[in-house]
Amino acid sequence: MFVSLFILTLLVVTAISIARIRDLWAAVMFTGIFSFLGACWMLILDAPDVAFTEAAVGAGISTFLMLGTLALAGKKEKPTKGSPLVPLFVVGITGAALIYGTLDMPHFGDPNSPVQTRIQPGFVEKSQGDMHGLPNVVTALLGSYRGYDTLGETAVIFTAGIAVILILRRSSQEVPKSGRPQKGSN
Amino acid sequence: MDSFPIIRVVAKLIIPYILLFGFYVQFHGDFGPGGGFQAGVILASGLILYGLVFGLPAVKKVAPPKLIEKLIALGLLIYAGTGVATMLCGKAKGGAHDDLHAEHGRAMANYLDYGALDHHFLPGILPHGQHLGIFLIEFGVGVTVTAVMTMIFYCFAGRHPQSNSEATP
Repeated sequence: MFVSLFILTLLVVTAISIARIRDLWAAVMFTGIFSFLGACWMLILDAPDVAFTEAAVGAGISTFLMLGTLALAGKKEKPTKGSPLVPLFVVGITGAALIYGTLDMPHFGDPNSPVQTRIQPGFVEKSQGDMHGLPNVVTALLGSYRGYDTLGETAVIFTAGIAVILILRRSSQEVPKSGRPQKGSN
Repeated sequence: MDSFPIIRVVAKLIIPYILLFGFYVQFHGDFGPGGGFQAGVILASGLILYGLVFGLPAVKKVAPPKLIEKLIALGLLIYAGTGVATMLCGKAKGGAHDDLHAEHGRAMANYLDYGALDHHFLPGILPHGQHLGIFLIEFGVGVTVTAVMTMIFYCFAGRHPQSNSEATP
């Protein structure tokens, strides 16, 4: 309980710092810290695989990507013009709507919540027999029972990679001429 | 980053363990937490760390962009090919969806129905059935994710004004 409160407090402090800080380089570092705290939080919630992803993607890769962008775009945030009241109003309304939404959610770990009661029990029960000695039910669900979903997700990652290559690759480097026709085939 | 010996030494010490942990998450994903996506991003972040510390040309020597490009497609191909392999291997015996097409008699198995992979390849050495199928598709996911993340790194770092040395400002 104490550790949770500690991490959640740090998360809030980091978020406020990100919003208030004007030096973008420091803000990027703070987003990295935020992701790392998020990873710790996921670990407390017994989701180590999400924690891996958050630490590697959130704290590692996306921090690097933002740093790379800063190297191209400059480190200082331009001062905003106009009154901050309208954005504040919009953010306030959105936040209130989100908090109102969480009121309907069951308490954390509530045994009567739909997550605990309405899950398809067949998966957990059948998985041991179906999977030929594969003990991890999560992997079995993602890989086998929902294999089409995971295939689609892999295709999404593939498409994203191809799109980044097409948009960002320097034309001087490899494909100045043949880059064009490839675009149509994807 | 020639002027930061501590960073160079520590990175050199840590990177093998990052990569090893990535492989562990990949190939142990059927027993512990993790799987292809997690392993892919961990492996890619190891490569990216190497690139940040030792420069873009050094990491391009380890993982040439031409190879990475091909791996992006290869991973998806492994995944989709596993599906085709299950179709070719025939009807599932005791598979997850056995009851679904029991009435079909001796027919082709469904796409991605790993039950069809029962004892077709190297029985006793490789896992079989569902286990083998999940192993293969997770491997495909891992290859694609590693390659895509590394490629994104190359693309961003390559656009840096003083490009070929370092990516950080």
